[in-house]
Amino acid sequence: MEYLLIAINSVFIGNLILAKFLGICPFLGVSKKVSTALGMSMAVMFVMTLAATVTWILFHFLLEPLNLQYLRTIVFILVIASLVQLTEMAIQKISPALYEALGIYLPLITTNCAILGVAINSIEKEYNFLGMLVYAFFGAVGFALALLLFSGIRERLDISSVPKSFRGAASSLIVAGILSLAFMGFAGLVPG
Amino acid sequence: MRFYTRLLKQTIWHENPIFHQMLGICSALAVTTNLKNGLIMSLAVIVISMATNVTVSMLKTFIPRNIRLITEMIIIATFVIIFDQLLKAYYYQMSKTLGPYVGLIITNCIILGRSEAFALRNRVLPSLVDGLGNGLGYAMLLLPISFFRELLGAGSIAGHQVMPANLEPARAILLAPGAFLLLGIFIWILRGIQLHHAKEAE
Repeated sequence: MEYLLIAINSVFIGNLILAKFLGICPFLGVSKKVSTALGMSMAVMFVMTLAATVTWILFHFLLEPLNLQYLRTIVFILVIASLVQLTEMAIQKISPALYEALGIYLPLITTNCAILGVAINSIEKEYNFLGMLVYAFFGAVGFALALLLFSGIRERLDISSVPKSFRGAASSLIVAGILSLAFMGFAGLVPG
Repeated sequence: MRFYTRLLKQTIWHENPIFHQMLGICSALAVTTNLKNGLIMSLAVIVISMATNVTVSMLKTFIPRNIRLITEMIIIATFVIIFDQLLKAYYYQMSKTLGPYVGLIITNCIILGRSEAFALRNRVLPSLVDGLGNGLGYAMLLLPISFFRELLGAGSIAGHQVMPANLEPARAILLAPGAFLLLGIFIWILRGIQLHHAKEAE
């Protein structure tokens, strides 16, 4: 039950993009087409779960015993950067088809603050191992959901006539605002 | 001197990191619930982007090309941690409210982007000015947004109640949708002004 709550919370109520403002750069950057959004979501789902797991283990079994918690940020970002690099190499070897599909999205993930945000958050919220796993995976599912919804809307937006100054960033942000308003409706799902 | 003022103007206005290049938006949305948070966050980005730009520019001949991204990340992370620790030591309350967003300055693309695009190719002083300009350009959007979000959402300015008490503040502005909407409207207005200028110049 507890894990179900974490899952619902991270997909809908505490949606990474629409409620926590994490990963806005890729959200605005790769959401022009549904297909690219799908590729990005898959890459994020994969890396986010992996990165959260590795950083959680490192934090609890290396940094905490050595009393080096303040090095958290620097360690985490290095872990994420090298993890992305390793994943890229591994996928290239194991599954060239998947590598083709993820393509340029993998390296882009390094600067996706949602990954670091989830890694830091799962420490701050003091989740246990399983809780962290659920939190990270469903956080990524929420990310994918928002990205896909948004890219669908943007495909429509592109073919409609919009004033020049409103085109691009401004209209995207307003749409994101409305989307986030809709997601706020989920807040009643979990009591408290 | 003319060179520096022009560089400053260019980074703040013509190539503003937020509304022109769409960088660093995550934190711009997350921490703008009141003016104080916006102020501290702007300060953090200004200081860290200046420090990073200067360091990268000084070290540019020593940084091997193929690991430059990681090196830049480490430099940024170092300054972020220093700032985070200072905040924790002297302003613990603020450090609690800003939460993970201070640490997330590392992935703020403004800083990495500028050290990659500018500091690696330029001398120390122009890099310093470029860092300052980008930090100020970030502050230029962050401060008005946090000002309006606090005013409309809580009816106060920097914690002081200013709106009449019987006027119910629009709490939704403080929540996520308000941030998106306000930033969207700001970008809309600023783009409009820029387009207007461009038309007049023609």
